[in-house]
Amino acid sequence: MKFDLTINTDVAHQILTNFIKSEVSRVGFTRAVINLSGGLDSALSCALAAEALGSENVLALRLPYRTSSPDSLEHAQLMIDQFHIPSITIEITEMVDPLFGRDPEISKQRKGNIMARQRMIALYDQSEVFKGLPIGTSNKTEILLGYTTMWGDMASALNPIGDLYKTQVRQLSRAMNIPAVIIDKPPSADLWVGQTDEDELGFTYEEVDMLLYLLVDQRYSAQECVEEGFGQNFVNAVTARVRRNQFKRMMPPVAKLSNRTVGYDFLYLRDWGT
Amino acid sequence: MRLNLALAQISTSLGDVQCNLDKHLNYIELARKQKADLVVFPELSLTGYVLQDLVATVAHKPTEDDPIFKPLLEASQNLDLVVGFVDEDSRHRFYIASAYLSGGRVLHVHHKVYLPTYGLFDEGRFFAWGDSVRAFDTRFGRAGLLICEDFWHASPPYLLWLDGADIMLFSSASPGRGLTDKEKLESARWVERVSKAYASMFTSFVVHCNRVGFEDGLLFWGGATVNDPNGELLAQGPYFEEALTLVEMDLNQLRRTRARLPLLRDERTNLVQKELDRLLSQNM
Repeated sequence: MKFDLTINTDVAHQILTNFIKSEVSRVGFTRAVINLSGGLDSALSCALAAEALGSENVLALRLPYRTSSPDSLEHAQLMIDQFHIPSITIEITEMVDPLFGRDPEISKQRKGNIMARQRMIALYDQSEVFKGLPIGTSNKTEILLGYTTMWGDMASALNPIGDLYKTQVRQLSRAMNIPAVIIDKPPSADLWVGQTDEDELGFTYEEVDMLLYLLVDQRYSAQECVEEGFGQNFVNAVTARVRRNQFKRMMPPVAKLSNRTVGYDFLYLRDWGT
Repeated sequence: MRLNLALAQISTSLGDVQCNLDKHLNYIELARKQKADLVVFPELSLTGYVLQDLVATVAHKPTEDDPIFKPLLEASQNLDLVVGFVDEDSRHRFYIASAYLSGGRVLHVHHKVYLPTYGLFDEGRFFAWGDSVRAFDTRFGRAGLLICEDFWHASPPYLLWLDGADIMLFSSASPGRGLTDKEKLESARWVERVSKAYASMFTSFVVHCNRVGFEDGLLFWGGATVNDPNGELLAQGPYFEEALTLVEMDLNQLRRTRARLPLLRDERTNLVQKELDRLLSQNM
């Protein structure tokens, strides 16, 4: 295919570490906390934060459930060891099992969402303990597809990797010497045994990143994407998914009553006054 | 004649004018110590860029009794300054503005004439449109000020050229965008390309000072440049970092270049006017 998602990893690295440094320090913090799942996205965010703030200023959390893959814990440990990052491990089993136990019919999706949100609670709690800002780990592909748990794994104070497609996350991760075993394994939220992103989504990241790049970055119409060789059903499914998940990318709309309303005409950046 | 130019590509505090003023005065002092004649600051250097509802609270008038401009005018006794600010007119319209200060006086104020209101930009929502493009005389010759989107359009630099500007002073708060496999962001490549093109086509000095730092997720890329009347790059500041870049400009280069390449002499303004009149009458 004639389109190329290759990025200059030196430029990306410089911008993203500067971003973390700037956006953490200007709100009065020097430290960060991050949920290190053992997967690639959190590994990259963690490596960037460690370089930006200094390893000793980043706290990595490992938050396994009893059915989590042992590989996830091990791979998180590889990052902790390689980048010399302080870490703690808190098993979430005893926190979520009582909620699971209330409904014998509970689905794996519900359990997955509960685990993702429990990890968010642990992250924000440790944020208070460590005095560090929670760093996000959502890439552009999953943000666009809405492949995420609202207020769960998407919750953060700032997200350095949210404008990198998954395939670009891999590129930058290679450049930052993240362990190959983490880069090369099938991406998985590890919310149930054997889960992989690509099985669940029904397509590969290479395919969907290229399509999203045309639709979003290059403003191709759906029809133009089909003319470029993407299957009609694939294009339809992805465009529908992007539209359907817009709500996950926004703060909840406030019903306007007054002359000045948060979200519509009370407009300030987060960095207001700093 | 030589001009020692200092490009102050600073980061700004969003909405904290006093903090930004202090930084200006520090950089001006640094430039003065290095014998600079003129310091150019970026677009909205006294206020920050994505102001939105902060616009009215950060506006100032470039007068001696204004608490922000008073110290800047005093500093301009030693060296000339170009600063970026929000100008409020007597009827409370707010403009993105640049002021040229020299010898304790305001020589010129430019109001941005092109307000980008598309994509990530929303300037037209918050600011009034400037309605003039004028060159003005300085102790270094005739100059002109433009702000960011002003020079994404070809006509404002062209008008300054015809109005006698030999030194074009561009300022920007340009958000970086377009990361590809190349070493430079697309937005940086675009601005560098047109700056060089204007210097070449107008056989003039083109100075560009862009800010650095972040506002939320927006990165400003810096990389201030000076191109000479041959379109050659004389100096460039670093990307992404605050810097004061000094460069000695040999203004005699204007004469040498134009003796070789008389584009200004041969410019057919009557032809331009005739064709513009025709186009405008057709479109009405």
